[in-house]
Amino acid sequence: MATTLPPPKPEVLERPDKSRNGSTGNGGWQNLVPIEGNFRTIEEYSPPPSSSAIWVGIAAICMSFAAFTSALIVRQGASNDWRHITLPSVLFLSTMLLVASSVTLEVARRRVAAYMGGVQSQVASSRLWLYVTLGLGLLFVAGQYMAWLQLRSQGLYLATNPNSSFFYVFTAMHALHVLGGLAGLLRVIRKLGLGTLRRSTLNATSIYWHFMGVLWIYLFLLLWMRI
Amino acid sequence: MGKFLAVTIIVIAIASAIPVVMHTWEPPADISTHGHLIDSQRDDTMIEAGVSFLAAQILLAIFIWQFSNAKAGGKTKTFPGGAKGLVSAALVLVGVEVLALGAFGTKAWATVYFTPPAADAMPIQVQAGQFAFYFRYPGPDGKFGPIHPEMINEGTQNLFGLDPEHDVESRDDIVTAEMAIPVNKEVHLLMHAKDVSHSFYVPALRVHQDFVPGLDLSLHFTATQVGKYEIVCSQLCGLGHYNMRAYLEVMSQADFDDWQKKQAAAQ
Amino acid sequence: MHEVSAAPAAHHGPPTTFIRKHVFSTDHKVIGIQYYHLALVAVVIGMVLSWLMRIHLGWTNAAIPGLQAISPNGAPGGVMTPEYYLQLMTMHATIMVFFVLTTAPFAAFGNYFLPIQTGAEDMPFPHFNMMSFWVTLTGFLVLVSAFFVSDGPPLAGWTSYAPLSAIGKAAGPGQGAGQVIWATALAIFCVGQLLGALNFISTVLDMRCKGMTLSRLPVTAWAWFITSCMGLTAFAVLMPACILLILDHVAGTSFFIPSGLVINDQLIPHSGGSTLLWQHLFWFFGHPEVYIAIVPGMGIVTHVLMTNMRRPMLSMKAILYSFWALAFLSYMVYGHHMFVSGMNPFSSLVFSFPTLMITIPSTILVLIWIGSLYGTKLRINTASLFALGFISMFVSGGVSGFFLAQPSIDIMLHATYFVVGHFHMVMGVAAMFGIFSGTYFWFPKMYGRMMDETLGKIHFWLTFVGTYCIFMPFHYLGWAGNVRRYAAFTDDYLKPLIPLHQFISVAALITGAVQLIFIYNFINSRFRGAPATANPWEGTSLEWIMPSPPPWNNFGGKDPVVYHDAEQYGVKTASGADYIMQNSPEQAVSGADGD
Repeated sequence: MATTLPPPKPEVLERPDKSRNGSTGNGGWQNLVPIEGNFRTIEEYSPPPSSSAIWVGIAAICMSFAAFTSALIVRQGASNDWRHITLPSVLFLSTMLLVASSVTLEVARRRVAAYMGGVQSQVASSRLWLYVTLGLGLLFVAGQYMAWLQLRSQGLYLATNPNSSFFYVFTAMHALHVLGGLAGLLRVIRKLGLGTLRRSTLNATSIYWHFMGVLWIYLFLLLWMRI
Repeated sequence: MGKFLAVTIIVIAIASAIPVVMHTWEPPADISTHGHLIDSQRDDTMIEAGVSFLAAQILLAIFIWQFSNAKAGGKTKTFPGGAKGLVSAALVLVGVEVLALGAFGTKAWATVYFTPPAADAMPIQVQAGQFAFYFRYPGPDGKFGPIHPEMINEGTQNLFGLDPEHDVESRDDIVTAEMAIPVNKEVHLLMHAKDVSHSFYVPALRVHQDFVPGLDLSLHFTATQVGKYEIVCSQLCGLGHYNMRAYLEVMSQADFDDWQKKQAAAQ
Repeated sequence: MHEVSAAPAAHHGPPTTFIRKHVFSTDHKVIGIQYYHLALVAVVIGMVLSWLMRIHLGWTNAAIPGLQAISPNGAPGGVMTPEYYLQLMTMHATIMVFFVLTTAPFAAFGNYFLPIQTGAEDMPFPHFNMMSFWVTLTGFLVLVSAFFVSDGPPLAGWTSYAPLSAIGKAAGPGQGAGQVIWATALAIFCVGQLLGALNFISTVLDMRCKGMTLSRLPVTAWAWFITSCMGLTAFAVLMPACILLILDHVAGTSFFIPSGLVINDQLIPHSGGSTLLWQHLFWFFGHPEVYIAIVPGMGIVTHVLMTNMRRPMLSMKAILYSFWALAFLSYMVYGHHMFVSGMNPFSSLVFSFPTLMITIPSTILVLIWIGSLYGTKLRINTASLFALGFISMFVSGGVSGFFLAQPSIDIMLHATYFVVGHFHMVMGVAAMFGIFSGTYFWFPKMYGRMMDETLGKIHFWLTFVGTYCIFMPFHYLGWAGNVRRYAAFTDDYLKPLIPLHQFISVAALITGAVQLIFIYNFINSRFRGAPATANPWEGTSLEWIMPSPPPWNNFGGKDPVVYHDAEQYGVKTASGADYIMQNSPEQAVSGADGD
């Protein structure tokens, strides 16, 4: 499906990234931002709001999972009905898939930057890598579902014991957020195709996606050690 | 209008203070050995709270009186000392005050919660369930038989789910609907929740503790005055919460022995 | 340096259709008004519920006309059953705390004024913002639907302690579907507020116009920012708690239900859960929540007072640091709701110290407000009256905290009307006064008309005296040991207190009726109020630079440039005005008068 699109409009290449509403004066005024990590060359410009907003959102999600974690710890100590579960083997595979999807996303980002920077005239390979990321993400979710099936085949349902309850709750909550991340990736792909993708959108979506991976690694370890 | 507001604030402040100073509405008199620590802590706090309340309201009122809708012209003044003085006052005065309250209050709390019951304290178990308190005395063997929740049957009045056929200790347990204790004798109250959260609150005895389903909690106290007092539930437990009470009867040792004999005979 | 452009790239022009203008609008001003209307509807419902509660408490066996028609099960013959009382109480509290006290000062005023005060054209994520309102509204509708299920709303209180709230229908009427609906509504509400908090924080960090450094932000902007930080962390904990509660109901899990529970001689088929876990999760959210309810009001009161005093506060730094201290400490004190809950008594002592410490920033705020009045010429209007009333109420409500913060005294006062008096004075009155103050102050800007001052002052006077008559006696009741959440007072020691309850009920009904004056004034002024100028109060912050109401893009396409903070009151200027607006390059001629 190699399509050649017209080269991107110049605005896309410009820095600073203008805010959605187009008012360039807006911004974290006097938020002095280093260019490309070089603290000696700072520019007085407004970072796009999504660059801080995504971290705000991540903070909220962390608090939620912290609440679930503390529920787990308290519940484990409350009673002696804790029955350790062997983690379904498919989880090891799905973890690798999710980590791989972060790698492919980073490849995709570099391709997009090359395309938007005019180095590459075709959008196809950046789109391909985004689709690969999407696919890996979908496979991850499918893997989670298979893990549930594996548990069910062992007779472990949501209410069977507290371990199984937490297993389902943690994996379901994470999977829900991953679905949100998939929707974000789809949006990025669509915008890339239309030529309206802004770097800040791609950055925010990528940070969120990587966070899904980091969060999963934390959950995986938590489940492995405690459940 | 500012002056009117100032007057209103002062009137309200003084009117609010009157019932406190006149002790119009007071908790029941203290009948416990530890209650005086709570009461004196409470009275100390009332002095500090009362002074803070009146001082703040009166100062607010005075400033509103003096500094509202004044005629234009004339210099405006700043509060002497500016913010520094006020912040320092808040930090130091209030800080010391609340720290002192906290520090001195630990004694009252520790007396209730950090001292173990006396070795010869009389054990009584109380079970809270929708919507009544029931009490269990261990009987001559001094032991409580185990509770079998699945055997609880209000129809047959097996309120604690006891199984005297199989559990020896249950056979001499005495179950009652009211709590009687001898005066001046320490009681070790074992608390058990049958269904949801409840609370054991006896204002006169200065005891207050929630029942927690799944947790075995206990209290100990000594009553110093003979009389009949109310035990009320203070943790929302359902539609009958308002009506959930039992009577605590503090009796002389002789009367208590009689009562216990009667109750044992009626089991 | 990237210059401010004269006209924005026309990403979106002004909305044209009715739906886009007034219903599904991404304009933060419309969203703010939509939130305000939601809060108005909610407060009327919440207030009516409180009237029903107070009538029942004063005259327990009285038949309330019309009540049987509304709920034949809840009030056969018009006489309220105890369970119906508890159900009304639960809904009263839930609606008030979430859909009035969080919605009005934070979501409504914050959405309207935060972008304007920071000099932005809108929030950075307008679609998220629109979603946040509609999600919140959905939560409200879901909550209210609990009235219409067969068993009615839950009766476990807004605190919804497990296992009463987790067991299900067996625990009481409304504890089946009603409780699940309640938990679902709250979870939905949390999502809405998280989306809102995200926008607020991003606006303050990233949408400030040129010259608007963080230190030049008006105090209300700071208050909304700090509140959003609290909301972000608090609501993110309530949602998991509600999810776990729902699972205990519908999926047979046992997060909160221990084993061996028996109701109606039936063994409850759950085991192993922790009752106290719910309380910890809930109050970790619950305590920051009450500061979420009050901090915006504190910001509004500061803002309104400065404008009317024509003088800056003695120290804005002290005020802002106090706000941050309140927010920070609010996470450490939550166990003071659980002193006698059965948690480790040592933990109770640990929680009591930060609780006592939180007196310090509260005192600093009160002293700065009062001290700042010194030497000024405070203008008395309805907004400033409510601001002054706020200070008095906050002192009254806060002082009872001295007692409740100490576990030993809490032994006597826990779960009594003393607690109910405390939180009603700080939340039900002080926070409401903050909302009223903001309303009378900002109504001209939002609607382009002035509210009627005479009606406003009558509203203030009757409400000020009325709420003292209602809530001060609550403390006396609690002092005497009157337990809360009782549908009737049948205990021997409570019967003598019934006349005081009746006095309170009469005061409540009268004060409630007085609020109709406000509602009339609010609606009537929309259409017949005197037209408002751009800056009727001579304020300095950016909301006053444009006409009332502001144009759809806030500043007509030209971003403001800011030269001052928002405290340039009482200054000498060449033009003779006693204030300098934030976007005016004018400098003060010499310092403030008399300094």
